[in-house]
Amino acid sequence: MKKTIPLLIVILGGLVWVAWAFSPHYVLQEVFYNQFYLPWAYASSSFGMLLGVISLTMMHTNKIKRRAPKWQYSYFFFGSFLITCIAGFVGGIQKGSLFMWMFENVQMPMSATMFSLLAFYMASAAYKAFRARSPEATVLLVAAIVVMLAQVPLGVKISRHLPAISQWILDVPNLASKRGIMLGVGLGSVATSLKILLGIERSYLGGD
Amino acid sequence: MSFELFSNLVGAFFTLCIFSFLYKDNPFYQAAEQMLVGISLGYGLVYTYNRVFVPYVWQTIVIKHQFVLIIPAIMGILYLFRFSRKLAWLSRYPIAFSMMGVGMAVPMGIHASILVQMRQAMVPIETVNLFLIFVGTIAVLLYFFFSKAHSGVYGKFVNVGKWYMMIGFGASFGLTVMARISLLIGRIQFLVNDVFGILK
Repeated sequence: MKKTIPLLIVILGGLVWVAWAFSPHYVLQEVFYNQFYLPWAYASSSFGMLLGVISLTMMHTNKIKRRAPKWQYSYFFFGSFLITCIAGFVGGIQKGSLFMWMFENVQMPMSATMFSLLAFYMASAAYKAFRARSPEATVLLVAAIVVMLAQVPLGVKISRHLPAISQWILDVPNLASKRGIMLGVGLGSVATSLKILLGIERSYLGGD
Repeated sequence: MSFELFSNLVGAFFTLCIFSFLYKDNPFYQAAEQMLVGISLGYGLVYTYNRVFVPYVWQTIVIKHQFVLIIPAIMGILYLFRFSRKLAWLSRYPIAFSMMGVGMAVPMGIHASILVQMRQAMVPIETVNLFLIFVGTIAVLLYFFFSKAHSGVYGKFVNVGKWYMMIGFGASFGLTVMARISLLIGRIQFLVNDVFGILK
């Protein structure tokens, strides 16, 4: 009951999915996929969001209770979360609402800045990692510099061949390495999926 | 002060709060970071409610009377038992339902990640570039094949795969850095043109 039935759902449902991928039969494409799976998946997935909400709420509540380091900032989390929820549930999500105003003028600038901040950290990390200490590191460094320079006007001023060299790097060695890696990842993911489908891999069900 | 300027000033304030981390960790950054998490979570919750729960659960059950969807709705609620020590096993049912998709992942994965890639790699070798791509793909694949020792002539060939990967990682790194730099330029343009430009 605790593990066998969920395991059977995965194995039997998974086999139906395998049949769905191979057969264009009406029962599989229309009845199973459109009439059963999609509405059921949408209906159950909306509650998954609550997992994240409860998990973060519990984490911050515990932080405040235990007076963990930087616990005061958890109030900013609760405040902004509640204001966003009230704005969305009461005022609506249409353009011009407080909810959208908060998204456009608070959330978007902060997330864009957060990602742009990574430019500085990547540069400093690259300096530490890429110091040409070995031939391989040198190749990596040169490829990165050529690709970066080719995207800015300065690169063309240094050499008018730089954009063509950059494009060659992207189209030939980069393509070959990505294809090799993708083939390996594909083989690995198919093997893992088969292990789950056959009930060999069960870690997603958790302990006990 | 116009509403647009006020909105831009709010955006600029939070932009500078995040940028302040470049100096050192400080209360402005900490507060802004937590607010970003809170607003993102609230945004996700409100959007999930409006775009998923209302049309696919509430309207289908209450308005269209498709009562069979009460079953997946209850199954979705079972997710929340993840937080209970005694009843955590109930959350395995919605997880199992979503894991059914691995059945589709097997044939689709073989098709997209293996067959299509192999077909593209095995085109007639008519140019030097196609030859280099073919050799590179084989060498990279063999680099991750550990059932044979990487020594002798075979080891030297496999080592070519490492060089290919280094060029590939360098290219990916370069592109990622440039994407971040363009975001940085966007933020600086926002501060210079949309905020300080209007203030002038």
